[in-house]
Amino acid sequence: MPRMRMNQAISAAIADEMRSDPDVIVLGEDIAVAEGPFKTSAGLLEEFGPLRVRDTPISEMGFLGAAVGAAATGLRPVVEIMFVEFLGVALDQLSTEGAKFHYLSGGLVKVPLTVRASVGAGLGFGTQHSQTLESWVVGTPGLKLAVASGPANAYGLMRAAIRDDNPVVVLEPRRLYAQREEVTVGEEGIIALGSAQQAAAGDDATVVALGSTVGAAAEAAAAASWSADVIDLQSLQPWDKDMVYESVARTGRLVTVEENPLSGGWGADIVAAVAADLFGELKAPPLRITAPDVPVPFGKELEERYMPSSVYVGEQVTALLDTGRVPPSWWQREEVAT
Amino acid sequence: MSTPLERRQALQQDRRVRYERMVEIRALENKVQDLFDEGLVHGTTHLCLGQEAVAVGVAAAARTTDQVTCTYRGHGVALALGLTPVQLLGEILGREAGSIGGIGGSMHLCDPDIGLMPTFAIVGAGIPVAAGAALTAQVRGTDDAAIAVFGDGSTNIGAFHEALNLAAIWKLPVVFVCENNQYGEYSRIDLTTPVDDIACRAESYAIPSAIVDGQDPDAVAEAVSGALDQARGGAGPTLLELKTYRYAGHSRADTAPYRPEGEFERWYEKDPIVNFGRRLVDEGALGDNGVEEVEAVVGARIDAAVELVLASAPAPVGAMFANVLAP
Repeated sequence: MPRMRMNQAISAAIADEMRSDPDVIVLGEDIAVAEGPFKTSAGLLEEFGPLRVRDTPISEMGFLGAAVGAAATGLRPVVEIMFVEFLGVALDQLSTEGAKFHYLSGGLVKVPLTVRASVGAGLGFGTQHSQTLESWVVGTPGLKLAVASGPANAYGLMRAAIRDDNPVVVLEPRRLYAQREEVTVGEEGIIALGSAQQAAAGDDATVVALGSTVGAAAEAAAAASWSADVIDLQSLQPWDKDMVYESVARTGRLVTVEENPLSGGWGADIVAAVAADLFGELKAPPLRITAPDVPVPFGKELEERYMPSSVYVGEQVTALLDTGRVPPSWWQREEVAT
Repeated sequence: MSTPLERRQALQQDRRVRYERMVEIRALENKVQDLFDEGLVHGTTHLCLGQEAVAVGVAAAARTTDQVTCTYRGHGVALALGLTPVQLLGEILGREAGSIGGIGGSMHLCDPDIGLMPTFAIVGAGIPVAAGAALTAQVRGTDDAAIAVFGDGSTNIGAFHEALNLAAIWKLPVVFVCENNQYGEYSRIDLTTPVDDIACRAESYAIPSAIVDGQDPDAVAEAVSGALDQARGGAGPTLLELKTYRYAGHSRADTAPYRPEGEFERWYEKDPIVNFGRRLVDEGALGDNGVEEVEAVVGARIDAAVELVLASAPAPVGAMFANVLAP
């Protein structure tokens, strides 16, 4: 198994799909000659040439729309949105056009489109380049959404996304691009969309994490006096109900760990489903550990406070286990916000 | 009954069929308005009355393997490309007989067999998508092309400019067909757009353009054919501005009270159906009673389609759960 950085794993996944299918093309800003600002398309132009690997103008509505049209007519475009916020200027093409073509063609037009975007805080990019924005994608039928938490699942989810006959958004936590791990490459490395993976095992709680928070949740569990199943959800649309329910039915406690603001975060859906379907199994109220309802701040200390750290996750889960109640968030404890 | 593909081929081969199709588009649009007035139709609709020559000219010029994106004012383009009156009325009336089984409605038509991509209810959205369909042809090395049909109102949204820019730098085989019907929704074009001719916007993207009489199906077909030839030959995109006129209001609730006095009458002198019918009679392609004969044939076809559609089942509840995702 090769050891790779996450950006190398993403490049490798795209290259492997491009080798196996001549219809796979790659579009994005600075992805060809410069190999991507985060080096997530390394070697692609050299191996596959300028017909299939294209630098675009800074024009997301134009090139994402073109990718939708290309996908609807037979290609399998992989589009890079450099920072997920840039999807805002092109969201119509993803959510209202691409996501609807299969439905609005009676199943005759497929849109095998992969939209990759870097997400998240931690690198000092400031308020307009640091959000996670899963909420822009979930709740739109016709789209799938996966979130990478490291090199191995970045590789596996990317290959599955490119092969899928639907528009799939793959979000890549930017601060993990340089993280290294061993990656299973080839067919065995492909990870089915909609499947979660267990990152740690334990009995006291089920901690559901996604993308950047998987590391914090696993670290917290490793250092704690309690033990928990840590589930890396990997896909949000659809999400792996079976794995989450099986675990919560055993542990009786659900915790979600989210980098996004509290309001409208993905954990709310998980909590609502579990609370409704496993009400009788729960030993404590579900706990959502999130960022506060604020834009991502720039200052280094503030940005670090914004993201749920492993220490904070540890404290909150400990408090839940000790008291049987949802503890106040850090901003409530410190009385800096309500 | 003819299939969509047969209807398309007939129109490509015979100018009399183009005339008949224009008559069909107008008759069907009038019928749609009647059905609304009778309370038989749910929702809204956007009629293309007056713009029939654009639809027919484009359909005559495009191959069936070329991809066409068009707007929510798309009944005419869809019929011209080959969609049958039953498929169209079925969709408008939410019946199983509709082109996508009645889940789309007036604004959402589709038939891949004739190159009709899912039609766009968002202004301008189809323009980059057409560029993408052209990208497929370019990457695969086929000589197919794409055509984006859109209104003048679309030329003020980013999608138009971004698509022209992208198509220009990549020399994509796409033809941008702006049907300038003088109104964007309820607003006259000069109130929303600082240039007299949309065609001039091509200069910013260093692509060729032309202003075309959108009331003449021969002129439209010739211009679109020429631009398609350029596109297929690798010369890249063209912007065509087809000057036309929207006889109806924006949507069914709009009676167009904002229209200046005499404007409709001036445009009606250039009515595409009246003038093309006269031309065919003058050429001897239609007999002296040709116009009346076509009207009778088309009228009977529309009546039969309405009867068939009204007798057909509404989309079943299962249809709303089908095709959300590809398997």
